[in-house]
Amino acid sequence: MSDPGRQGRFGEYGGGYVPESLVAACREVEEAFREAWVDPGFRGSLARLLAVHIGRPTPLTPVRRLSAELGINLLLKREDLAHTGSHKINNVTGQALLASRMGKTRLIAETGAGQHGVATATVAALLGLKATVFMGERDIERQALNVFRMRMLGAEVIPVGTGSRTLKDATSQAMRHWVGATEDSYYCVGSVIGPHPYPWMVRTFQRVIGDEARGQCASELSTGVPDYVVACVGGGSNAAGTFAGFVDTSARLVGVEAEGGAGAALGRAGVLHGARSLFLQDGHGQIVEAHSVAAGLDYPGVGPEHAYLRDLGRARYVTVTDDEAISALVRLARTEGIVPAIESAHAVAWVIRAAGAGELPSGATVLLTLSGRGDKDVSTLKEQL
Amino acid sequence: MTLETRLRDRRDAGRKLLMPYVTGGITPTWVDYLRAFADAGADAIEVGLPFSDPTLDGVTIQQATDAALARGATARDILGDISGLEHDVPLVASTYYNLVVHDGPERFCAALRDAGVTGLIVPDLPLDEAGDLEDAAASAGIDLVLLASPATPQPRLDEIARRSRGFIYAVSLMGTTGERSVVAESATTLASRIKRSTERPVMVGFGISTPEHAVEAARSADGVIVGAAVMRRVLDGAIPHDVGADLARMRRALDQERDRR
Ligand SMILES: Cc1ncc(COP(=O)(O)O)c(C=O)c1O
Repeated sequence: MSDPGRQGRFGEYGGGYVPESLVAACREVEEAFREAWVDPGFRGSLARLLAVHIGRPTPLTPVRRLSAELGINLLLKREDLAHTGSHKINNVTGQALLASRMGKTRLIAETGAGQHGVATATVAALLGLKATVFMGERDIERQALNVFRMRMLGAEVIPVGTGSRTLKDATSQAMRHWVGATEDSYYCVGSVIGPHPYPWMVRTFQRVIGDEARGQCASELSTGVPDYVVACVGGGSNAAGTFAGFVDTSARLVGVEAEGGAGAALGRAGVLHGARSLFLQDGHGQIVEAHSVAAGLDYPGVGPEHAYLRDLGRARYVTVTDDEAISALVRLARTEGIVPAIESAHAVAWVIRAAGAGELPSGATVLLTLSGRGDKDVSTLKEQL
Repeated sequence: MTLETRLRDRRDAGRKLLMPYVTGGITPTWVDYLRAFADAGADAIEVGLPFSDPTLDGVTIQQATDAALARGATARDILGDISGLEHDVPLVASTYYNLVVHDGPERFCAALRDAGVTGLIVPDLPLDEAGDLEDAAASAGIDLVLLASPATPQPRLDEIARRSRGFIYAVSLMGTTGERSVVAESATTLASRIKRSTERPVMVGFGISTPEHAVEAARSADGVIVGAAVMRRVLDGAIPHDVGADLARMRRALDQERDRR
């Protein structure tokens, strides 16, 4: 998981399939990021914000009771404890600092579960930037708490009523908006998707998860590295950040997708939102709408680096159903006192299933990134339970 | 005859070029719009092959796309409809790159050629990613049109002008397709910059909505592309004859402007 170069390639995937009007803007972001990333001043400001504002490092929690029930050794990387309740803020903090450095005065973002929107609104407030967040109407309904939080933080939330009315169309609308606003606005992409440099830059900002976890595993585990590293995958940012810390070890990497949004497991090569990657499509090349109870996984594709890791066989991508995710959520709540986001519960669900099926050998050590907390999901859970 | 030769010949004869757009498959009898456009004096016609996620299109063409897809329109059917047509106006397909990737550039371009299409526009395929399709289009005899934008720096503009075939598509403003009340200032500046760099025809598109807009934009360019304004009428139920009459007014305005000079 290295620098994908000027063309932003991960094998055949990635690249910059954007309208000519956005080419200069993407280049400007790439130049600024390359410069900032080697600037100790920028790195220092970022590290300090992550420590004093976000609450990093997040803990690594060994879960005793569930581990015993499953016959494995499960460790949770607690992104749910990061400020605003998910890993999304790691990336936003980096990008918002970059935007300020570039002299931009407004952040544009898309959001599904609302966690990226809330993180964007939060860091915008902290740095004195404006924020405009695009969100599908369906997600506005099911993640009402986060919509309220964004507005309270001073962000403008723009409902998107086209197509799926979820993350895919929110992303399209954010890109359309950016075309007309590149001068003063910075597009703060929320996952490892989009045109170069976003998949690489977002993974780089999220790699703090994997790097911290690697160090924490080294002191927690006698073997130093876990046997398995597991994370849920929507666009794939918490997974990419986690995998980046372990890709050079013997750990097996597993990305868990929602059955109805399984770009990596079930998609085919295509181009959407600026990158060549894997997308769910019909027989005519039209993008198929995803369907998941988890708004953050309700996306018909996956970031290009995951497509590449899949082809290489370095990571594998599996799917779980809505029902499996919800019962995993409840089980983690009742055994450990942790209510995960429905997105994160997908990763837990796969571990439970794989342990039960003997796919995870007894005694295996499993690091699971718990990408977020479940507060935002109570209304969905009330309906489902 | 290639698209470019055809457009150059007309341009060199002093004519300002007019290229209307229609979303393929928008109605069961959508090819009647092609006939009406041809009768109204179109120099080429852009036929949109609908894609589920048109990220560079504003509301009007999004709605047209949704309507066509909801009817079950597919690129294959649209090309089938075209290939049966008697016409003398060059047809230029436009679509997003995913549909090209889906078939593979060679097969995609061969299908266009077999349907009698002579040009292709792919708005989400910038110069840097265009190599594969440029090769496939060239071998199929399809002119791959590249787009230039007000944000394109000069050296890159020169390269776009050099590698584009058919014409250069000058995107009038920083924004999506859609009707506008005025022609953006950036349109004139961009068209003039491209004209200084190349002999190839330069067509201005995005936001051209009225005969007055067409005349204004065509002053610094070789012609105009009219998309959303046409599709707004189609979506509002205008029959081919009526949309053709609108275009004929644009045609006359462009011709009168030439005669006046
Ligand atoms: C808690 C949580 N986990 C996971 C995701 C999925 O995103 P990604 O795959 O980029 O980590 C989201 C997205 O909204 C989220 O809110």
